[in-house]
Amino acid sequence: MPAKTDHMATGHAAAVEALRDVPQVPGAPKPDPVVIADHVSRQFGGLKAVDVAHVEIQRGAITALIGPNGAGKTTLFNLLTGFDKPDTGTWTFNDKSVAGTAPHRLARMGMVRTFQLTKALSRMSVIDNMLLGAHGQSGERVLNALVPFTWRGQERANRERAMVLLERFNLHEKIDDFAGSLSGGQRKLLEMARALMVGPEIVMLDEPMAGVNPALTQSLLGHIKNIREEGTTVLFVEHDMDMVHDISDWVIVMAQGQVIAEGPPDAVMKNPQVIEAYLGSRHGSALTDDGTSLTADSQGGNA
Amino acid sequence: MDFVQIFSLTITQAVGVTALIYLFAAIGLNVQFGYTGLLNFGQVAFVAAGAYAVGVIVLTFDLGLWLAVVVGVVVSTLLALLLGIPTLRLRADYLAIVTIAASELLRLLVRSIAFKDVFGGAQGLNGKLGQEFHDLNPLPADFTLPVLTWSRQDLWVVIVGWSLALLFTLLVWGLVRSPWGRVVKGIREDEDAVVSLGKNVFVYKMQALIIGGGIAAFGGILWAVAKQSVQPDTFQPDFTFFVYTILLLGGAARVFGPIAGTIIFWFLLAGFGELLSSLINNGYIEFLTPTDVGSIRFMLMGLGLMLLMIFRPQGIFGDRRELALDAR
Amino acid sequence: MLRRVRLALGVLLLATIALFVSGGLSPATAADTTITGTLSTPGGEAVVGVLVTATDADGVLTSGTSDDKGVFVVPLPAGGTYLVEVDITTLPEGITLNNAEDASRSLLVLGGEKRLLIGLSEGGESGISEVESGTSERVIQLFLDGILYGLVIALGAVGMNLVFGTTGLTNFSQGELLSLGAFTALAINTAGVNIIIAAPIAIVFAAFVYGWGQNRILWRPLRRRKTGLIAAMIVSIGLAIFLRYTLVLFFGGAPSSYKQFAGQPGIEIGPFNTTPKALILGLLAVIALTATVTWLQRSRIGKATRAVSDNPALASATGIDVERVISVVWIVGAGLAAFAGIYLGLTQNTVWNMGQRILLVLFAAVILGGLGTIYGAIVGAMVVGIFVQLTTLVIPTEMKTVGALFLMILILMVRPQGLLGRKERVG
Repeated sequence: MPAKTDHMATGHAAAVEALRDVPQVPGAPKPDPVVIADHVSRQFGGLKAVDVAHVEIQRGAITALIGPNGAGKTTLFNLLTGFDKPDTGTWTFNDKSVAGTAPHRLARMGMVRTFQLTKALSRMSVIDNMLLGAHGQSGERVLNALVPFTWRGQERANRERAMVLLERFNLHEKIDDFAGSLSGGQRKLLEMARALMVGPEIVMLDEPMAGVNPALTQSLLGHIKNIREEGTTVLFVEHDMDMVHDISDWVIVMAQGQVIAEGPPDAVMKNPQVIEAYLGSRHGSALTDDGTSLTADSQGGNA
Repeated sequence: MDFVQIFSLTITQAVGVTALIYLFAAIGLNVQFGYTGLLNFGQVAFVAAGAYAVGVIVLTFDLGLWLAVVVGVVVSTLLALLLGIPTLRLRADYLAIVTIAASELLRLLVRSIAFKDVFGGAQGLNGKLGQEFHDLNPLPADFTLPVLTWSRQDLWVVIVGWSLALLFTLLVWGLVRSPWGRVVKGIREDEDAVVSLGKNVFVYKMQALIIGGGIAAFGGILWAVAKQSVQPDTFQPDFTFFVYTILLLGGAARVFGPIAGTIIFWFLLAGFGELLSSLINNGYIEFLTPTDVGSIRFMLMGLGLMLLMIFRPQGIFGDRRELALDAR
Repeated sequence: MLRRVRLALGVLLLATIALFVSGGLSPATAADTTITGTLSTPGGEAVVGVLVTATDADGVLTSGTSDDKGVFVVPLPAGGTYLVEVDITTLPEGITLNNAEDASRSLLVLGGEKRLLIGLSEGGESGISEVESGTSERVIQLFLDGILYGLVIALGAVGMNLVFGTTGLTNFSQGELLSLGAFTALAINTAGVNIIIAAPIAIVFAAFVYGWGQNRILWRPLRRRKTGLIAAMIVSIGLAIFLRYTLVLFFGGAPSSYKQFAGQPGIEIGPFNTTPKALILGLLAVIALTATVTWLQRSRIGKATRAVSDNPALASATGIDVERVISVVWIVGAGLAAFAGIYLGLTQNTVWNMGQRILLVLFAAVILGGLGTIYGAIVGAMVVGIFVQLTTLVIPTEMKTVGALFLMILILMVRPQGLLGRKERVG
């Protein structure tokens, strides 16, 4: 388990307080950044998908990453979490340079992500999905695997921890169900719970609300807020402005691969540049939910 | 028509030496494809590695069989590393193409004139293989079985082969119910998700490839010892596909899937072959000749693989619930 | 349920078609089972005293030696699978095998007289001084051979790549499209029709029956059932095995050749040795490929094909009839593949596993060019063809496929999306 920052108060109030004096300009320096990225760029063919000069993510806050379709948000996520390699750029996590670090190492260091298309492991039970998140399991080593008494105790402890999380996410009655039999919203919840099972310092949620039944939206929002209240940093990609306004402490706006604005939600939404970026492509962003099903074809239908 | 004879020949083949060779390959493939989701189309290369280890060590270098067994396992591990390092990061269909290509590449190399001194070229290596093993045969010299038509030598191979196969099945059972098994199953479902949870997916895939390849290599060792011959052209890609048919028949990702699949596959195949031959020889079927039986058997195998994959990808004993969730 | 029945019936139908095509052919039932053939130099001189052996599964060996007319006869005890070998040490000085695989191959003999074609060439490995003076000529020769080989691969690979692009299917039975085309031509040819007429008939037949028909009977129902891509790939493997042994059942296991142009004498054009048939076929292949590319560029349906390859759902949303495009792709792909098969049949021979033997080379070409990219297959095919021929400068001819497979593995490690492919985003 990575150490939580205990030298500072946590929660919404603390985050707002800490971000109060931060200048509302792209690439603004934060008082206590957990992630700092410099000159990160990624090109697909002739298209520059991401070209971020400088960006910092405040520790213990909920930061929203917004922008019209094709702004490069998911690509930036992929780059920061090591799932894709940038053409240029460096970034640090907890003041440690992590450019070029393998994605599974970053996850172990405490940077855990979820995916736009929910990746519930369908033909595995809910509890097995959760247990996969636990760190340092000796039973995951191939030689120990055949000697159950070396991992039984650890397995029991992990199971208890998983049950606590599942109860919190209201999935405790489904532990033996196949994850594939859950509804879309429940899968999102499971994915989030599973990410917390890793014991992350920062959770990066890629469109946590996409495809979720509106009735579940409020409870999902509550869960995200709770994550922050416990001192975990949250960075999430979202389209829904209302939701962004409701839960985020800080908003970073991307368009055409660049960070074009930053600030608290109220200020950002009044920013003429942001309005312009969105107005030009309002239509495009409304299409995203359908758009995910297009990509699902090539993914073998994970949607 | 002698139905007793047809039945006895069928049973003998369904659990016999050839069936065992396929069984080992299938148990290995179950670890790789069934549980980990690796689309290894080059399983025959691991079988060949085991068989050639015995052939080369015993015949070319005139060393002992037990050393050959060790070499077989080492070579199959090296082969897994060689095959895995470039391919395990690739997409599933690329992995399939590269593994099948690598298995063909190896077959072409061992059958080539350039390495004839070591591997024996296209004829392969034939001669007294595994004498040490046959010397251990505890069966009395005039031993015969009722119904089954194995020779004393084959029966000894079958007894040891089945014991080993059960041992490997137990090993797989132990592995897949452990946290290790959980990780590889997660990789089968969605690799990226497992990476995002901090697991080094590459290492697990490699382990699965090595373990599955090692078990398959024992099939090759058994082959060389039982048939006293190692020939390159028996290690064609079709071998791998028949192993897939077996695995799908018994049910992938089930511990006893390979055993059930092997017995059913060989029972049907042998039974059909014997029956058809008998019908032809007794004049009931006139438009076919005995030599056609082989091709018809292979045609049915291909057709069987197609129909299985279309109608029952979960295998004969599969769980419908799992099938409904199966996106692949 | 009804759909299942229809699918099963479809598979049966495909088998019946194969039966129908081969109708009128029955294996020769001569009293003696032999393997026979004639050995001669490209110039037509008989090659005498070459030992040919056949070994059965039990290791029993029989043999025959070519007489003063170059004819050898190997008597066999019965039908079965034999390891047939040409003892290359008995070849006269300066004579080598065209195809090193001929030195040793396993052969299925069903009975009767089985004719074996063994191509010989003059020159090859002789004195060092000769090789040095001949190297640049040999490079040119191999380069041009490579272009011709590349054209065959391109014909075979275009369909595979179009199908992959439009449906996502990695088709392991593509090789059998070549075989089916070649054997359909053989069946028509054997019935007494000159191959010049039989070939176009076979190509059209292949395009509509093996292409359109196959898609209609098998792949379209599977797409409707939403069968996954990997499952479909395994289905194509089953189909390949089924078709291969259907060919063995009806045509036997030994190679055969068309009645016309079988032993066409070679010609020399400058430093380049070839046969007129290879040149004409090469020219026709260039025309066929150019027509395909032009069709994809210019015609409405060609443009629609590219759109579907790019993004099927989007193409469908813009009003393109995706299923129609896929049908057309199968027709074109199967027709070109049949041409490739006949090309191989005319320049080498037709044999039941000819498709299987070229399948991995097709994959190499397609992967090299980029899986799913339309022009990638052609570029990849030419590179593979030339590369494979040129590698015979340094490695034995029998291992030339090794070079192609190695190249493919190398490309996948360095540039998995192929030479012309694009990278894709994760997640």
